[in-house]
This record gives sequence, C-alpha cells and structure tokens, in this order.
Amino acid sequence: MSTDLNSPRSRIAIIGGGIIGLSIGWRLAQAGLSVDLFERDQVGQSASRAAAGMLAAAVEAEPGEQTLVPLCVASREMWPAFAQELEAASGLPVGLRQEGTMVVALTRDDVETLRSNYDYQRSLGLEMEWLTGAAAKEREPFLNPRTAAAVYSPRDGQVDNRLASAALRVALEKAGGRIHEGVTVTGLEMAGSRVTGVRLGDHVHAADQVVLAAGAWSRLLPGLPVPPPVRPVKGQMLSLQMDPAAPLLRHVVWGPKCYLVPRADGTLIVGATTEEKGFDNQMTAGGVLALLEATWRTLPGVEELPIKEMWHGFRPGCRDDAPILGWALGVEGLMLATGHHRNGILLTPITADAVAAMMLTGHVDERIRAFGPGRFAPARAA
Amino acid sequence: MTHQDPLKIAGKSFGSRLFLGSAGYPNQQVFLDSLAASGAEILTVSVRRADLSGYGEGLLDLVAGKVWLLPNTAGCATVKDAVLTAQLAREAMDTNWIKLELIGDRETLYPDVEQLLRAADELVRDGFTVLPYCTDDPIVCRRLADVGCAAVMPLGAPIGTGLGILNPYNIEHICRTSTVPVVLDAGIGTASDAALAMELGCDAVLLNTAVSKSTDPVRMAAAMRAGVEGGRMARLAGRIPKRLRAEASSPELGLIGT
Repeated sequence: MSTDLNSPRSRIAIIGGGIIGLSIGWRLAQAGLSVDLFERDQVGQSASRAAAGMLAAAVEAEPGEQTLVPLCVASREMWPAFAQELEAASGLPVGLRQEGTMVVALTRDDVETLRSNYDYQRSLGLEMEWLTGAAAKEREPFLNPRTAAAVYSPRDGQVDNRLASAALRVALEKAGGRIHEGVTVTGLEMAGSRVTGVRLGDHVHAADQVVLAAGAWSRLLPGLPVPPPVRPVKGQMLSLQMDPAAPLLRHVVWGPKCYLVPRADGTLIVGATTEEKGFDNQMTAGGVLALLEATWRTLPGVEELPIKEMWHGFRPGCRDDAPILGWALGVEGLMLATGHHRNGILLTPITADAVAAMMLTGHVDERIRAFGPGRFAPARAA
Repeated sequence: MTHQDPLKIAGKSFGSRLFLGSAGYPNQQVFLDSLAASGAEILTVSVRRADLSGYGEGLLDLVAGKVWLLPNTAGCATVKDAVLTAQLAREAMDTNWIKLELIGDRETLYPDVEQLLRAADELVRDGFTVLPYCTDDPIVCRRLADVGCAAVMPLGAPIGTGLGILNPYNIEHICRTSTVPVVLDAGIGTASDAALAMELGCDAVLLNTAVSKSTDPVRMAAAMRAGVEGGRMARLAGRIPKRLRAEASSPELGLIGT
C-alpha cells in the first residue's frame, strides 16, 4: 500500500475515538498515512465502553436483517486474526473467547419463540444446535432448573470491548497515529464541495480525507448536507462480580429479556435495555429492575453476587440497524463509518479493513457495497 | 371501496380500518415499510417509550404528517399515572386523542376495569378523545361509552398472544349494541383473525405484534390490510345463513335426462 506522505490523500482526520475510529485509524497509520484522531472526551469511553462485546452474529439475527447477517458473520470470522494482530501490535490482551453462545428458554412461550427464531436463523444457513433442557443444564449447571430448551451457537463468542479499545489506542499510537483527546470538531473546512480539514473552534486542522465515526453523535456534526440517519438508542446495563475461580457461567447466555456475558476476571455483564429516549443519560429503577429480574430468572444463583457497576450507553442506531460505510453524499473526501447500532464491536474488523481499503485504493469491498449512505436517498418513509 | 366506507371516530374520517402499533419491529425501516404496506392511517405510540426529544431520527420524526397519531398510556397502572401520561402526550404530540391503557397485572396484561372507568371519565371531562383498551365485556363497553369515550377497544385475546378472538360471541354482542365505534384490540395472530373481527361487526382492528414479530413483517402488514378489507366487505355484503345439510349451488331439477 502507498506510503507516500506527499500523496494528496495522505493526511487523515478522524472524528470520533470509539472502537470504529480507532481501528480505521490504526489500519491507515499502518499503511503509512498521517492520522490525527479527534475525540471530544476520552477515546473508547462511550458506546465502545458500554458494550458487552458479544460477537453474536448468529443468535442476534432478526427478520429483516438478511442483508446484514452475512456482514456480521464475515466480521465475526475475522475477529480471531484481528485479535491476534492487535495483541501483538499493542502488547495488550483483548480477551477474545470462543466458547460459543447459548440462548435459553424457561417457559413454553419462550420455547415457541426460541423455536421460531431458530428456524429463521437456520434458514439463513447459520450454524446452530437445538439442545434439550437437560443438555443445556449439563453445559451450564447454574441455569434455572426449569430451563426447558436452548439453542447453542458454537461460533458466536465474545471479546472484552474495553480491553480491545485500550489496545487499539496503543496500536494506533505505535503505528504513528496521533490522538487528540478533549478536542471537539466543530465543523468541516471546505473548498467548494471538497473537504480540506476539520474545524476545531477557531482554528483549522488541514486534512485530505476525513472520517466521520462519531457514533450516536454523528448527525450533530454541523455543516453536513445530508446528515446520516443515525440516532441514539439508549441501553442500561450492569455487572455483577462472580468468583473467578468458580464462575456461574462459561458461555455467553441469552435468557428471556437479558443477556449474560462472563468475563475471565469473574465479571458478569448483564444487558441491556433498548430505549428510544434520545440522549437521556440516567439509570432508571425500571431499567435496573427489568435487568435484575430477568437475570435472576435465568440464573438464580446471582442473588448473592455483589453489584460491581451500573452504566448506560447510546448505540448509534441506523434506520435499518445496519452501518453506514462509504463516501458521504455531497462532501467529497468525507468517509462515513457510523450507525453500527448494537454491532459495533462485532463489525470492527470488517469496518476497519473495508473502510481503509476504500480510502487507500478506492476499492469497494463487495461485502460492504450494500451499506453505503446512498441507500437512504430518498428516504423510504411511509 | 374504502373511500365510500370511511371509518368515523369523534367526527374524523379515515380511509383505513386498520390501526397499527409501532413497537417491536426489527428496525425502523421495516417499520416504515410495514406501515406503508398496511395502509394504516392511525398509528399508536407509547408515550412512555417514544423519544420526545425531537432529535430528528426518532420514530415520531419519521412519520410526522403521514399518519394520525394515537398516543397510548402503555405501562400505566394507576389513574393518576394514566392521566399524567395523557396530558404529557397532549403537550408533546399535539393531539387530544389518547388510547387509554390501564394494565391490571404483568402476567395477563388485562385491563384494570375499575381504574379504567375512572380514568376515562376524568380524561373525557378534561377534553380528551378517549379510546379505552378494555375487556370483551359488553357491560364494561357500555359504561365506557356512557362516560363519553369516542370508541371502545375490547380485546380479542391477551396482548401479544396471537390467540385470535377467544370470545367471538361477546365481540359480536358488543358490536351489535355499542353506541360508539368498536375497535378490536389485542390478540390478533394472523390475517383471518382480523377478517373475523370485521365479519363480527367491528369497525376497525388494532394490531401490532402479529406484524412486528412476523418473519416477514412487511408482507404480513399487507396481509392484514387485505384481511381487514375482506372482512369488512363480507360484513357489508351479508353472510349466508348456516345450514346443517348440503344444498347444491346449481339447480338440480329440470336438467336433461331427469
């Protein structure tokens, strides 16, 4: 790849220091481009921190996502090599775990829903196995004894998103990228329809190409002729502390109305509400009650565990729940990498590679062709 | 057909007799496409779950000006709760229409009739156009109409069950005696359930889960539209009497050879 720092496309400004901006920056810096990343707060502290890090391409597949599922599967399959490369580049662990994921049903109604989802997911060619309640409890003995059935998805694993963000920060800096924290991009500097830099209050940072990776805040960048249709989708979460020597779970487990993600250090992450509440940044009694009640129903042994942390985050929700990857409409030189909704961690490897390739060579990866910003123009509203 | 046969509620006319709920779709685009396919003109939205921040990509922003909004008080359990939620909706969504839901318990999601009557009475006196979600009890429906509700919305089956209309006798009785429009609400599982509701004499059908949780929500929305229209036409046309013994549709006498 090009390493010519005098090439007209070599100075890159990235808006947003979440896992998406960091990983794209890392790839571009590795290719020898001059990368400056602007984060108004601290890198990796918004959705990238709030996420659970599930690599759940199969069990999260929902009707209407037939186009998105292959992208998620492709990125999931890229994670092991991506994790290995990232750990080697940063010298830091990222906590990739590949025990698979279980979805459990407790009541007859749960079983019906599980069966319907299982049939749909299998029809997409996803690898899944139906388990009896007894077989599920053999794999996870602390599950509610009433567990009636489960689905096992062998290839859906997890990564520790907080560790991965921290590693990406180091990898980006080691590759020569510069991270500017506490710096807010206030607009785009333009020459005609071409972007020539980013405005930082009263001064301008010149750039040949700009990446907008500001997650749920992407629409708020002033001066976009076509703001991307991304909105905040609030999620409340919490974590409990298990004994790392005797964890209650080994797999990621989805129960009715909750998911449970066990980390190597004994943390059990519990998520998540899905709320259309704008940027409302409060934990609520109802949100925490719903999470704890669903967790307790799935895994009764949690009753004695200490609560470690409670937090919320904003998924960058796109209208069709799929990311927006491609050149912005109406602004030459502006790349969009946003709208990853609940799949940001999962889609990091493919986003980083495909977006970097588009910026370095102009090549559009077949696998992301369906996710350009053009699909929303004109809006297909009712 | 629909243009000559409008649905009238509280002096307002609608071309479609299908009300759609806005919750639980896989994503916003599937919801928008389902809404278009359903032909629904009335959309019910949970006040407590809607994003009222006006950020620009919320559901309310996307449907603005395209549908008649019917805010609902989903999640409310007391009269006070429901009245405050209705007032918030009037403020934020600029409508005095309210679908009044007062849920008695989480297991059945059955309406709490005693609270419902009190809240309906209070909201009507406060100037609201009230459409209460209620049990399929003719007496309750009559009492709700008596306090001034603009329509009644008896359930076909518990919310989200998709069990269809469990007591068609009661629904037909309510339709026959009601002085206000009857909107079958909750329990619809598939298009024939919606058609049956219309054949029993309902003025409209409200549904949500049957579409939003279908494997192909957009196609199911179109099916519901056809079901409602078919059922309505059948109702207006008049069904034949049911007989116990066969009767050939072609004449059997006077044929050659007999």
